[in-house]
Amino acid sequence: MLNNLTSRSLLFVAMLCAPWAPVAAQDEAQAKGLQIAKEQKMRDRGWGDSESELQMTLRNAQGRESVRRMRALALEVQGDGDKSLTIFDEPMDVRGSAFLTHAHPTAEDEQWLYLPSVKRTRRIASRNKSGPFMASEFAYEDMTSFELEKFSFRYLRDEACAEQLQCFVVEQTPTDSFSGYSKILVWVDTEHYRVQRAEYYDRKDSLLKTLTTYDYQLYLDKFWRPHRLVMENQQTGKSTELLLESMRFQTGRTAADFDVSALERAR
Amino acid sequence: MTPSRPFVLCHPWSVLSALLLIIALFSAGLNQLYFRGDYRIFFGPDNPQLQAFEQMQQEFNKSDNVLIGIAPKDRNVFQADVLQLVQDFTNAAWQTPYSIRIDSISNFQHTEAEDDDLRVQDLVNAERTLDDAELARIRDIALNEPIIRDRLIAADGAVTAINITVQLPEPTGQAQVDEIWSAVMALTDQFAAQYPDVEFYHTGIIAMNYAFASEAEADVKRLVPMMLLVIALMLAWLFRSFYASLVTIIILIVTVVTTLGIAGWLGIFMSTATVNVPTILMTLAVADSVHLLAGMQFAMSEGKSKQQAIQYSLERNWLPVVITSVTTAIGFLTLNFSEVPILRDLGNLTAIGVVLACIFSLTLLPLLMNALPFHEPDHVESGLNAMDKLALFVIRWQRPIMFGFITFTIVCSGLLTLNKVNDEPNEYFSTSTSFRQSNDFLEENLSGFTLMDFEVKGDGEGAVYQPEMLLAVAQFSDWLVEQPEVMHVNTFTDILKKLNRNMHQDDPAYYRLPHSTEEAAQYILLYEMSLPFGLDLNNQLNIDKSATRLSATLYNLGSKELIALEERALAYFAEQWPEYQLSAASAALMFAHIGERNMASMLKTLPAALVLISLLLLFTLRSWRLGLISLLTNLVPAIIGFGLWGLLVGEVNLALSVVAGMSLGIIVDDTVHFLTKYRYARKEGQDNEQAVRFAFHSVGRALWITTLVLVSGFAVLMLSSFRLNFDMGLLTSGIIMVALIIDLLFLPAVLLQVGKFGRAKHAK
Repeated sequence: MLNNLTSRSLLFVAMLCAPWAPVAAQDEAQAKGLQIAKEQKMRDRGWGDSESELQMTLRNAQGRESVRRMRALALEVQGDGDKSLTIFDEPMDVRGSAFLTHAHPTAEDEQWLYLPSVKRTRRIASRNKSGPFMASEFAYEDMTSFELEKFSFRYLRDEACAEQLQCFVVEQTPTDSFSGYSKILVWVDTEHYRVQRAEYYDRKDSLLKTLTTYDYQLYLDKFWRPHRLVMENQQTGKSTELLLESMRFQTGRTAADFDVSALERAR
Repeated sequence: MTPSRPFVLCHPWSVLSALLLIIALFSAGLNQLYFRGDYRIFFGPDNPQLQAFEQMQQEFNKSDNVLIGIAPKDRNVFQADVLQLVQDFTNAAWQTPYSIRIDSISNFQHTEAEDDDLRVQDLVNAERTLDDAELARIRDIALNEPIIRDRLIAADGAVTAINITVQLPEPTGQAQVDEIWSAVMALTDQFAAQYPDVEFYHTGIIAMNYAFASEAEADVKRLVPMMLLVIALMLAWLFRSFYASLVTIIILIVTVVTTLGIAGWLGIFMSTATVNVPTILMTLAVADSVHLLAGMQFAMSEGKSKQQAIQYSLERNWLPVVITSVTTAIGFLTLNFSEVPILRDLGNLTAIGVVLACIFSLTLLPLLMNALPFHEPDHVESGLNAMDKLALFVIRWQRPIMFGFITFTIVCSGLLTLNKVNDEPNEYFSTSTSFRQSNDFLEENLSGFTLMDFEVKGDGEGAVYQPEMLLAVAQFSDWLVEQPEVMHVNTFTDILKKLNRNMHQDDPAYYRLPHSTEEAAQYILLYEMSLPFGLDLNNQLNIDKSATRLSATLYNLGSKELIALEERALAYFAEQWPEYQLSAASAALMFAHIGERNMASMLKTLPAALVLISLLLLFTLRSWRLGLISLLTNLVPAIIGFGLWGLLVGEVNLALSVVAGMSLGIIVDDTVHFLTKYRYARKEGQDNEQAVRFAFHSVGRALWITTLVLVSGFAVLMLSSFRLNFDMGLLTSGIIMVALIIDLLFLPAVLLQVGKFGRAKHAK
C-alpha cells in the first residue's frame, strides 16, 4: 500500500514537472484540437429533430452475415446532451424493443430499454457503455451524441483523406475511466468538419477498430449525414456496416416522445 | 576397388577445399534457425481435429489463453488484500499484448435486480470498501455462481484465477507467444513482490506453447554438450587414442552444424521433436567413424603403415558404411508418413544428416587420419580375445540360444497387445517443469487445464433463443456436469436463468429458462447492452445466434478417456436431440486423437520400410538366405522392445509410435556389418563355423563400441524434461541393446543352424 502511494505521488510530481519544456507546443496542439472539435459541434447545431431507418449488417472474419434493422428518432436538446430513441424491427425476436437515451455532457448518460415480451422497461447502468451494441462492432459509446466534455483533444496534423479531401487529424482521449478506449484518432475534413475516418485504440493502446464513413448527404442545406458507416475490428477481422436507408428532419417530435413513459408506446 | 580412395588421398587439398566450401555454405543457414512451440506444429493442416477446432474458433472468438492461478498461503481468497490484488491484476492484465478479454472474480459481471432495474456490474466493485460485510457478500455470490465456481474460484474459496484470452494474429510465430509470456511474467513478478504471501501459477494454451519451446531450447543446451562429453569419453576409452576421439568429434560437429544449417535454409524450425536431431545425429554418425577407425587400428595392429591402414579400412568399409547410412536414412524417412509435421521434420533432417555423416566419414575422416599422428593402440588384443571367446560360446550353445530366443520372441509378441495408445499433453512435461507443476496444482485445487468445447447448432438465425433449443442445451450441460471427467461447464443457459430471475425481482423461483423465444432474445439484448468492453457474449454465441458454444473444463485426462467422453457426449446428444447438431473440439482433443492417427499411419508404412531395407540387404548380400535371416533378426529387437514395454509401461504415446521405424534403420547396421564379413569369409572358401568366427573377430568389437555409443546417446535423451523424448530415448536405446545381443548371439546361432541344415540337405 505504502509502495503504491509513493509511486503514485512520484508519478504525480513527475507529471507536474515533465511537460514544462514543450508546454507551449502542447498547449497549442490542445487548443487547436479543442477548437476543431468546437467548430465540429457548432456546425451541427440547430437540426432540431430527425427520424431515420437503419440497417446494420454484422460480418465475421469468414464473411458470414447477420442483419439487424431499426428506426432511430433523435431530438436535439439545447444546453444538454441529445435524446434518442431506437426501435428494433429485426431480428423478429427483438421486434418492438425500444432503447431510450438521454445523453449528458458531464453526468452519466441515462438509458432505458423497453422489452415488449414482458412489457417492462429496465434502466441500464450506462457505466458499461463500452460493450458491443447488439453484438456489433459498434459500442454504445461510439453512437452516443458527441459532447466536448467527454474528451480532451489534441491536434496532430493535416493529412489528405477520403476522396480529394484534406483532413485535420485530432486525437481524442476519453475523460471517462469507463471508456473502453485509450484514445481515438479522428480524421475531420477541413471543408465541412465531417468525420471521415476514426481509429479506436484499446486500453493497451493497440489499434482495435477503424471507422470509415461514406456517402455524406446534405440536409436542410446545412447538416451533413453519412449514409454508410463501416466499423472494422482489426483484431478479430469482424466488421459491421451501418446503412442509413432514409432520413428525415423536422418531423415535429417533442421531448414528450422521448420520455420514459413514452417507451411503451413506441412502435 | 573404391573410386573414392585414390581420389581423396591423391587430391587432399581440392577435396578439403570443396568440403569446407560446402560446410561453410550450408552452415550459414544456422542464422535462420528458430524455436517454435505453438501446439499447431503437431498437426498437419488437413488434420480433421485441427480443422474442427479452427472452425469453432472462427465461429466464436478464439480461446487461446493464459490462466493465472492465485493462491494465498492461508487458503482464503476472500480477504480485502487478496481481492485488491485480484482486482489490480485484472485491470493490469488488459495491458497484455494481444489480449481481447480478461475474466476474473473481480470483473465477473454480476447481475441483480434493483427496484425495477437490472444492475450489471463488477463483482468486486472499486467503489465499495472491502469491509467484512462486503467480503461476505462477494464470497456468497462467487461460491454460489455456477458460471465461475470451479473455473475461476475454487469451491472452498482457497484459490482463484484470472483468465487472459488472446487473439494471436495469423500467421502466429513464437515471437508473439514470448511477448505475451514475458508480459504476464513481468506482471506476476510485480504482484508477487507486493504480495509475498500469495503464490502464482500459470497454465493455459499460451503457457503450454511457451513451455514446449523453452523446454526444447533447454534440452538443446543441456543434452548436446552432455552428449558430446559422453561420446568423447567413451571413444577415448574404447580407442585408447586421443586423436581417434578428436577426429570423430570433429566429424560429429561438422555433421550436426551442416545439417542444422540446411534446416535453417529450408525454413525448418527447432521444436520438441527436431530438437533431438543433434543428439540422434551424433549418435548415428559415430558408427561410421568407429568402423573406419577400428578398421584402421586393426590394420595397423597387423603391422601395416598408416597410409596402408587407411586404404585397407576404406576398401573394407566403404560399402557397409554407405549401405548402413542408406538403411538408416530410409528408417528415418518413414517418418514422412507420420501425421505430425514436426516428426516429419525430425525424420527428414536426420536422414539428411546421416547421408552427410556418411560423406564426411568417407572423405574428411581419411584426410584427418592422414594428417594427424596416429599410433598403433596397445590393448586392442584383449577385445579381440573376448570376441573370439564369445564366438566359441555361441558355436557351442547354438541350439539352446536359437530356441531360447525364438521362445522369448514369441512370448514378447504376445505382450505387444498390452500396449495402449495414450497421449496427454500435460504428461508430456516432466514433474520438474513449472508448467506441469502449475497444472497439477491447479487441477487439484481449482480446475483442470483440459478443455472440451461443444458447439450446439440449431436451425437458422436466432435458433439459440428457441425454448426447445435452450432446454436441450441446458439439459445437455447438466448431463455433462454429471460426467465423472467433467469439473465445470460454462453455458449461456446459466446466464439466461439468472437473467430470468433478475427480471422477476430476484425471486429464486424464477431461476429457470424463459418461456418464449422473444423473452430469451430480449433478456440477452438487455444483458449485452449492459456489458463492458471485452466481456461480451461473442465467445458463446455466433454471429447470427444460430449456434452456441459450451466449454467443459475436465480433469487432466489421457487420450483414451478424452475420446471416450467425446464419443459418449456425441452419441447421447444425437439420441436425445437429433434435431440439433453437436460438434466437439479443443486443443486437448487434437492431442487425444493424434497419437492414434499417428500410430495407424506409422504401422501402415512399417512394412514398406521393411521391404525396402530388405531389398537393399538382398542387393548387398546377394543371398536370399542371408536376406531372410537379416529380416528376421531386424524385426525381433522391436518385438522384444515393444513387448517388454507393454509389460512394464503399457502406454504408447506419439513419440513411441515412430520408434519402430526409426530403430529399424539403425539396428540393420549391425546385421549388415556382421553379415558382410560372414559372406566375405564364406566366399574365401571358409566353412560356416570359421566364417562366423571371422565375423566375430573382425567386427565384433566395432559392433559393441557403436552399440554402446548408440545406447548411451539415446539414453541421454532420457535427461530431457519432455516425456516424449524420455520415452523415445529409453525405448530406442533398449531396442538397440537388444539388437546387439541378437546380432552377437541369435544371428550367429541361426547362421550356424541354417548353414548346417543347408549342407545336410546338400549332402543328401
